[in-house]
Amino acid sequence: MFRPMRETANAAALNFTFDGRALKGRAGDTVAAALLANGITSCRETPVSGAPRAPYCLMGICFDCLVVIDGVGNRQGCLVPLTDGMAIETQHGRRHVEEVEA
Amino acid sequence: MIPNGNRNEGDVVVIGGGVVGGAIALGLARSGARVIVLDEGDVAFRASRGNFALVWVQSKGFGMPEYALWSRRSADDWHGLAAILREEAGFDVAHSQPGGFMLCLSENELNKRVEMMRRLHNSQPLTDFSYEVLDHAETKRRLPAIGKDVVGSLYSPLDGHVNSLKLFRALREATIRRGVDYRPEHPVESIVPREGGFAISGPWGEVRAGRVVLCAGLGNARLAPMVGLDAPVKPSKGQIIVTEKTEPFLHNPMVTVRQTDEGGVMIGDSQEDRGFDTIVGQPILSTMAERAVKMFPRLAGLNVVRTWSALRVMSPDGFPIYDQSETHPGAFVVTCHSGVTLAANHALTLAPAILAGELPDAVATFTARRFHVPAHA
Repeated sequence: MFRPMRETANAAALNFTFDGRALKGRAGDTVAAALLANGITSCRETPVSGAPRAPYCLMGICFDCLVVIDGVGNRQGCLVPLTDGMAIETQHGRRHVEEVEA
Repeated sequence: MIPNGNRNEGDVVVIGGGVVGGAIALGLARSGARVIVLDEGDVAFRASRGNFALVWVQSKGFGMPEYALWSRRSADDWHGLAAILREEAGFDVAHSQPGGFMLCLSENELNKRVEMMRRLHNSQPLTDFSYEVLDHAETKRRLPAIGKDVVGSLYSPLDGHVNSLKLFRALREATIRRGVDYRPEHPVESIVPREGGFAISGPWGEVRAGRVVLCAGLGNARLAPMVGLDAPVKPSKGQIIVTEKTEPFLHNPMVTVRQTDEGGVMIGDSQEDRGFDTIVGQPILSTMAERAVKMFPRLAGLNVVRTWSALRVMSPDGFPIYDQSETHPGAFVVTCHSGVTLAANHALTLAPAILAGELPDAVATFTARRFHVPAHA
């Protein structure tokens, strides 16, 4: 559905995982863009109904791109630059309390 | 009587389609009236979309005990309203009355609160309102998530909350199912008494009805004088922070912090919590957040998803205004800043009374004539 624009073809390749699957992205991509470029069509399940959701607005407003990044839940994939070795996981429902203890 | 069948004529026209207008329209329709709701639309200020969603009794009525009684009556009747909405709108609005806390972060705050409650509940009609003053340990026992800075709290079993966006939607849905003619994008420019009723018009045209109820929030100030009423309401800005949805950890509402049925935590600068110097003159959002984190340290680890402000509809003394026009009977005004708490009263008590043509004694105190008492009286 999505493919990188030609002018980004020379960007450095980055390795990351999504739910344990090894994937490749490009330097300069956001997490959300990297997921979409890899054909990922669902990155979270909503807390209320459990419906699957994918990145939508790509500008920090809609919160549909929430994912777990390196163990931290409910991060907005569209606002986080992809880095090499990132472990990205599906956000299942609410973020858990033990993750938010101050 | 107004003949049936003309779509621009009703028994009652309600001006305003927020939570107040929706509750009045529902009550009127349930009493058998043909109702038209004229709503400015989503360009309106819409306190109904910005409020904190408490059904709150504790601490209300300082300076007017009737307001405490009126609030409590609505809190009691809210269980019935929630059941009606479940039946008539087809979904639940997440109403509960688990009791509410007012957490205090200093001895000074706690002492001031306790003194205020003591004075409030010394007044005769309010002696049976139960509340408790709790120290840190007892508050911690009931609310394990509180932080060390909470020195104590006031608790009232009468307090509760609701999902106010669901309430707003449920009122719309239930009124439409009851046959209420809801018309969005219908701002009202003029109300003219005519032939024993009222002609109400705007850029969209004109409707007529035997009765008109002003539920237009801040717009009531402009509309009321057209029918011999007085609604000197002004905006009072309130701000709210909402966090990401998280696991349920807070069953009871605080006056400034509550977790919604869906898991988000709302932090607000409640009107009931005014009077603390820390709130005034500081950057309000950061002060609100700082106080909330002291109350519940785990909030520091949560992402804020949105902040917003909305305008409360404040009368000069903060209490509601309910009146029927003396010069143009059949014209009513219903305006308040606690449209969620009072929704049950508006739907179940006030609306049938409006249809019957006479406001109940329980609201006699809330006439706007109280703002015009001569100084020597």
